[in-house]
Formats: sequence, structure tokens, C-alpha cells
Amino acid sequence: MQRLHAPVLLSGNDAVALAVKQSDVDVVAAYPITPQTTIVEKLSKYVADGELRARFISVESEHSALSACVGAAAAGARCFTATSSQGLALMHEVMYIAAGMRVPVVMAVANRTLSAPINIHCDHSDIMGSRDSGWVQIFCENVQEAYSRVIQAFRLAEDSRVQLPVAVNLDGFTLSHCYEAVQPLEDEDVRGYLPRRRRVVLDYESPVTMGGLSLPNTYFEIKLEQARALESSKHVFREVVKAYPGEKDGLDVVDVYNPGASVKAVCLGSTAGTLRHVAKTYGFDVGVVNVKLFRPFPREEVLAALSEAGLVAVFDRALSPGAAANPLTSDVKALLYDAGLRKPVWTVVYGLGGRDLTTAVVRKLLEELVEAAYAGRQEARTVYLREVAAW
Amino acid sequence: MVKPVQRLDELVDTEALSPGHSACAGCGAMIAVRQILMAAPHPLIVVNATGCVEVVSTQIPHTAWNIPYIHVAFENAAAVASGVEAALDVLEAKGLGRRHHILVLAGDGGTADIGLQALSGAFERGHRFVYVCYDNEAYMNTGIQRSSLTPLGAWSRTTPAGKLEEKKDLVAIATAHRIPYAATATIFFWKDLVNKVRKAFTFDGPSFIHVYAPCNRGWYFNPAETVRLSKLAVETRYFPLYEVERGVYRINYFVATPKPLEMFLKPQGRFQHLLKPENSHLMEALKQSVDRRWEELVVLSQRGKQAYAAMQG
Repeated sequence: MQRLHAPVLLSGNDAVALAVKQSDVDVVAAYPITPQTTIVEKLSKYVADGELRARFISVESEHSALSACVGAAAAGARCFTATSSQGLALMHEVMYIAAGMRVPVVMAVANRTLSAPINIHCDHSDIMGSRDSGWVQIFCENVQEAYSRVIQAFRLAEDSRVQLPVAVNLDGFTLSHCYEAVQPLEDEDVRGYLPRRRRVVLDYESPVTMGGLSLPNTYFEIKLEQARALESSKHVFREVVKAYPGEKDGLDVVDVYNPGASVKAVCLGSTAGTLRHVAKTYGFDVGVVNVKLFRPFPREEVLAALSEAGLVAVFDRALSPGAAANPLTSDVKALLYDAGLRKPVWTVVYGLGGRDLTTAVVRKLLEELVEAAYAGRQEARTVYLREVAAW
Repeated sequence: MVKPVQRLDELVDTEALSPGHSACAGCGAMIAVRQILMAAPHPLIVVNATGCVEVVSTQIPHTAWNIPYIHVAFENAAAVASGVEAALDVLEAKGLGRRHHILVLAGDGGTADIGLQALSGAFERGHRFVYVCYDNEAYMNTGIQRSSLTPLGAWSRTTPAGKLEEKKDLVAIATAHRIPYAATATIFFWKDLVNKVRKAFTFDGPSFIHVYAPCNRGWYFNPAETVRLSKLAVETRYFPLYEVERGVYRINYFVATPKPLEMFLKPQGRFQHLLKPENSHLMEALKQSVDRRWEELVVLSQRGKQAYAAMQG
């Protein structure tokens, strides 16, 4: 990899906007919502300054933002939108349609919790509500990753074997508003990485009907085909990462720290850094399994990372009220069950509505986890990390 | 300015919509769509909201469309069209595609109720497309529930005792966005309709046409009467034909001596209760609403004449 430029200091949102600009998008349709807003503010400025040849559509709602993206993508454009929380909830209907119509839209989600009570801070309730929508869903650990994933997302979404929308998740405020040194790619490298591919679009010369009506005699097959495309996108994701002209360490479907550890902590997003830091600093016998590609869920890779563990702790930053397990825990447990592995799985619910996960809290918990693993305790537990850090 | 069409054979000879779709016999909406498509310039893309037209023309693995067509959802046709328009604009500039004319088709529910927000947003942003609301005055695809365009007094499955509220003034709503062109039309007056469509496509911005489309299944009338009812709707002043060009109102078919409103209501099952003496107050309210609307239009169009004369100097 050539490093022609020194790293630049960017917020997560700035990094996303830069990646979108370099990806030469044609259409951005967006509506403001905290903590996503500065992504599209920046993009509107790029367009106004002539740095990005695109149409910026200031839609009147997130529902229309995604709808305009579906229309634009159907017409052949590379398009982008970004949202958070209530905005994502409002898009919910169109998310399923975007996936069902197989349009390669890329969306950044600066994760924020859902009302009520209203709260602008981070947790994963927003995207978990759309986890069955059929989108490829990627979680980022840091600002550099948010930058790289957006560029990769366009290549993945537009691959003819995938042709699905992709959501790039970055933790609200923790990443969206956090400044880190980012090493951007050269514009030409991004252009070379993202060639324009031919696909079926709305065109008078070869007319197609998109979004037709399906009765019970066809619907099942169409949905299975779509689900299979999502399943197989894992392999394409790997190819996309492999071909990426920038740093790709730690960008596989799952990133595992300390693979031989007795306790495995499974998590999504920026929390991985905190867990790894504490485990490393205090020398805990704890490994961290950072799930980067959440949908399709990388079953083989997560299973391989957990198969030797004495105890598994799944960090869920969203509740699934009334369910048998919270979202990420549910996936992990199903996986272990299918593999015939009977292990104690703890659910660690943390960070709801932006409650900080401090190193002190993590340290205490990891101690407890290791102790339980060494004692051979088999019961599953649910832990709520509710301690409030001093403001 | 395009030359007005005078004869049927002046319309394009390609049928953008194939016969053999599954619309009901006597469907007013499909007659309207066919006339509109014959008048619309090509290359054309159709953006359709969920509703009867979508359901009857796109059943997988078949399609009735000979031109590019997209349906996404119920409430977002104007937003989808915004995306299509913006995309082709940029792609043409980048040498990656070309601009098409864009026609949006949506029913009264998809336009005046659930789709109003997206429509208002698209009007305000000024996307270049022609938006046609085919108005059959209720949610026909789900089985005749009232919409905000269901007329005062009409029966529907959710107004079993007759609707107590007036129909929304869609053209006024559209015009309030300062769009270049808005009009009403209906299928009997096909020349008026096709020429309005042709005119609408000439503006560099959004245009709106409110097309009255009788529905025999929802209004309970003989399917052979579809076109005649569209004529009676105009001749009784129930549905006036007018246009608003850059804010200037013009009545296109001046109904000097209206036929009695009962002539329009009688053939329709949905109005039968209005004809009973005990519901005369509802009938009276409907008549007053029709008269008031016509008088308003006359005033607006007179103002329009003065404005036009002033413009001519």
C-alpha cells in the first residue's frame, strides 16, 4: 500500500462523508437526525463546492430518503443515505423493499437508541429492529474502519452476485463524533476499486418492470433467492476486503483477539476496543470476538472462535423484550446449539441509551467471568451493566 | 408550446400499456392511464404508487408495461420519482445514462392521504415530472374505504352512513407549492386530457394532473356507464375541468347551465341513500359544496383573465 499522504484527523461522520465523496456517488438523499447529521451536511457541502458531482436531495423525511435512493439506484445511480434511530425506524418499510428489489443502496447508520423515552445516545436498538430486513449489515470498531467499510460497501452492494443494500453501522457519538487519525486512500485508488458495473436499470431501450406484484405461487421462491444472495454475500465480502487497496488487518468477517482464552466475549462495534484494552491491560484470560459482519451472520467463523471456550459472554447493546434471548445472544446460542456445543452463555446487556461502558466496570465483569469459567460454572446468566460513570 | 391534438390518430401509435392486464371491465383508471400514455412524450419512465393500476398490470411473471416501470410502495411514489429524476440528470451529465420523461401514477389515497407528504416534498424541491392522481374517490384496491377525496355524503365501507366531510381540493394544494402547472381532467373529455398531459410535460419542474376516474366496483354502477359518468361529473359541475398555469386559473369547460346533480348521483349505488327524503340535508350539503366550489373557480378564473390581460400589456 502506498502512503502518499499523512493520516488526517477526522470524526467518524467526516470519515464516512469523505469515503462517500471518493466513491463518486451520483445521488445522496437524506434527512437530518442526530447523530448522523454531520455526514450529510458535509456531503451537501462537497456537492455545493463542486468536489462531488452528485445531486443532493434534501428530502422531507427518512422514508422519502430511502425511497428516493431506491428510485435512483433503479435508474442506475450509485447512491447513499445516512440515518439514525427514529429515522431508521421510519425507513423500516422501505428497507425491506430495497432488499427485495435488490438495489445496491449504501447507508451509514450512526447507531442511536429508540424512543420512548427520547434519547439521542448510542445503542443498537435501531438497527436490531431491522435486522431481518435482508440488508448486509456491517459494524465498525473505529473511525478508520467506518471510512474503509463505506468504500467496501459500494463494491459489495454492486457485485452482481450480491445486488443488495448495505448498512454500515457506526456507534453514535462514540464513533460518529469521535476524532481519530484516519489514513484515507488516494482518489484514483478508490476509483479503480469501484468500477461502474452494468446492471439492469430503468431504461427506455430495454424496458423492465420493477417492483411487480407477486402472488403465493411466486413469492416464496423470490424471497428464498434473496435470502441465498445475502447468505453468499459473506464470500463476496471477503473478496471485497481482500481487493481493498488500503489497510485490511482486522477487517475480516470476525476479528478475534486472544483466540486461546477460556472466556470469550462476543460483541459488535466500538465496544470491542474497550474489551480488548481491559483484557490486555490486566492480563485476563479473555478473548474478544468482534463480529464485523452481522448480516449475513458469519456462523462458521464465530463458531470456530467459540468452540474451545469454557464460557461465552455475549454483549448485547439492545433488548429484545419478551424474547428467549437478546439479539446477538440469540444468534450465538442458536449457533452453539446447532453445533451440539453445550456451553454457559452469559448475556451482558450494556450501554442502553448511551450509558458509558467504563474500563472499571468491564474489569470487574471480566474478573467475574474468568472466575466462573475456572470454577466450571454451567449456568447461563443475564447481567445488566448499569453503573453510571461520574459526569 | 406543443400543438394541441385534435384527432385521435395524432396520438402516438405505440401502446405503452398492453391489453390483457387484469383490471375490471369498465375500469375508469385504466382508460385514463391509456389516454395519458398515448399523449406522453418518450422516452418515458412510469413510477407507480401501490394501488389498482399497479396490481392489475404487474403480476409476476407477467407485465403489461412496454416501457420502464417502477413501483416501490404506497406513500412514496413522488419520492421515488425524485430519485429517478435526480439519478438520470447526474448520469447524463457523467455520460453514464440519459434523462427520460417521468410520469407518476397514484390513486387518491396514494396522493391525497398517505402520499401527500412525499408529494409536497417533491413539489417543493421542484423535480421535473408529471404527477397524475387518478381519483376514484376511495381505497378501491382494499375494498372501498373512504379517502380524503371521497365526496361528502358518499357511502363507503368505512362511511356506512355517508361521509360527513368535504373532498380535499387537491389542485389548490398542488398550486400552493407554486408549481408551474396543475390541472383537472377526465376520460370523456379525452382531447382536454391528452392536451393537458402534453402541456404538463413541457414544464421544467413538477406538474400535477388530477384525473377523475369512475370505478364501477366501488361506486356500484353498470360498467358500461364509466365514460358517461365521467361526462356527467363535469356537466353537473361536480368535477370542473380547469387548469392553473403559473398561478393563473382557467376553466377549460365552462358549464353555463349545469345538469341536475341527481343525474350524476342516481346511477351510482354509493349515493342511493342521498336520494331518500330523510337524508335531504346531506344532499343539500353536497349541492352547496359543489356550487361553492364552482363559484370560487369562476372568481379565480376571472382574476386569471385579468392577470393574463395584464401580462399581455
